[in-house]
Amino acid sequence: MSESPLLRVEDLHVSYNTPTGIVNAVSGVSFELGREKLGIVGESGSGKSQTGRAILGLTATGGRVRAKRLEFDGTDLLHADARTMREVRGGCISMIMQDPKYSLNPVMTIGSQIEEAFLVHRATSKADARQRTLDMLHAVKIRAPERVYRAYPHEVSGGMGQRIMIAMMMIPEPDIIIADEPTSALDVTVQLQVLAVLDDMLSERGMGLIFISHDLNLVASFCDRILVMYGGQVVEECAAADLDQATHPYTRGLLNCLPSLDGAREELPVLRRDPAWLSNSEASR
Amino acid sequence: MIDIRNLDVVFGHGGGAHHAVRDFAMRIEPGQSYGLVGESGSGKTTVLRALAGLLDRVARVSGDMTVAQESLQGQRRSRHFRRRVQMVFQDPYGSLHPRHTVDTILGEPARVHRLDRIEDRVVQALEEVGLDASFRFRYPHQISGGQRQRVSVARALITEPEIVLLDEPTSALDVSVQAEVLNLLMRLKRDHGLTYVLVSHNLAVVAHMCEALSVMQNGSVVETLGVQQLRDHSPQMPYTRQLLTASLGYDRAAIDAFEEFA
Repeated sequence: MSESPLLRVEDLHVSYNTPTGIVNAVSGVSFELGREKLGIVGESGSGKSQTGRAILGLTATGGRVRAKRLEFDGTDLLHADARTMREVRGGCISMIMQDPKYSLNPVMTIGSQIEEAFLVHRATSKADARQRTLDMLHAVKIRAPERVYRAYPHEVSGGMGQRIMIAMMMIPEPDIIIADEPTSALDVTVQLQVLAVLDDMLSERGMGLIFISHDLNLVASFCDRILVMYGGQVVEECAAADLDQATHPYTRGLLNCLPSLDGAREELPVLRRDPAWLSNSEASR
Repeated sequence: MIDIRNLDVVFGHGGGAHHAVRDFAMRIEPGQSYGLVGESGSGKTTVLRALAGLLDRVARVSGDMTVAQESLQGQRRSRHFRRRVQMVFQDPYGSLHPRHTVDTILGEPARVHRLDRIEDRVVQALEEVGLDASFRFRYPHQISGGQRQRVSVARALITEPEIVLLDEPTSALDVSVQAEVLNLLMRLKRDHGLTYVLVSHNLAVVAHMCEALSVMQNGSVVETLGVQQLRDHSPQMPYTRQLLTASLGYDRAAIDAFEEFA
């Protein structure tokens, strides 16, 4: 990436105060994002979702976010006021959540939800917003945009719900999309079709993507670059195409423990966790 | 060991009726692991539930089912059947009673079937699934997802079954935990000569675990194949081939060639 990155994250920490002590969900994550597809992979509890949420200021109450730098295109996201953050969210960076069933408003029609996302960020007429919404539904390959526009979320399938989420996040034309397990709830073929829609839109518009997933094979085949997270830290970074040459024992362990379609192995190698994988950054707290 | 013919399952009545399984047939030899593969709504779980007799007053079930020479009538199951056929469910969070200790959970099938030496059986079942006796007096919320699924497997083993029905046993687990549970299931099968019916949407898991499989779509079997055909990437039917292509990861060009199978 020759141009300056869209997003800079340097030494990001997210911690929660719990009755049993401080839990460090993310400790010392740094990366830059350009107009590319960056995958963040890890198992549950690795801090991958917390990283995505912290960027948008969506860390749950009680959580504490610290960083040397958290910057979008020159805007300091860490110290931005609520008003600036509202403009950033959706307008500059938006987030596709895992489950459309819980992320769409059940009592609003699909058309009015997508329109709302557009009207919040653009001063335009209702008629224009309606037209843009229909165009966007068409762009995410929904066959009957007029019908879906008037439908409620419970009337559409999971795959269509996720396309609607993509339409809603794309319509204010953000520069970065954060997608947190956007297709994990979908069947494989539908999952790939939804990703193809996202992929085409990203490359047409030259946007950056942070793709958060537990599925190594999917990330390796979909993204350009991969961060592997474990215990709140990035343990390995590599080009997606080189994932099979990853060197960190955790990454190797994750790759090896997947059952394979081709090989008959009696026993799957089990991942042995080593406390030494986590560099001790607690001192900086 | 298991022979199913002309199985039909219909939920609901009249205009709202949903024909979930149509003319399904499956034959499983003793000691085999058999996979049922398909996307959501294909009817794979319904087949398993019909076999286990869990659809009584839920759906209309017709067809011939024979399990180890025992011909099954409707959805009623004999005590003998319920002892020799056990089931492990997908969600380890939802399938264990939240207010029962592991000890109570594991002891219950033994009490239902009036088995002796219940305490010994509980300890032994825990040991078999790699949990020590200290887990006996914990509640499900005090143990991890992988440990919970081990408890579910232990509960299935208590009655010394011959057949275990596995409904997506690892799809709620992280891949490293999935590997541990799959290894456990393989070992138990060897040690006890179990017959498995494994329902999964994950072709790689089925290729790893099973000798043969049926691919289902919209309630019907599209293709029945041996695992070698799956491993060689040589299924016959276009639907199976597409499912296989999709399982291999993101390939922009391949996605454009996807067809709608209805």
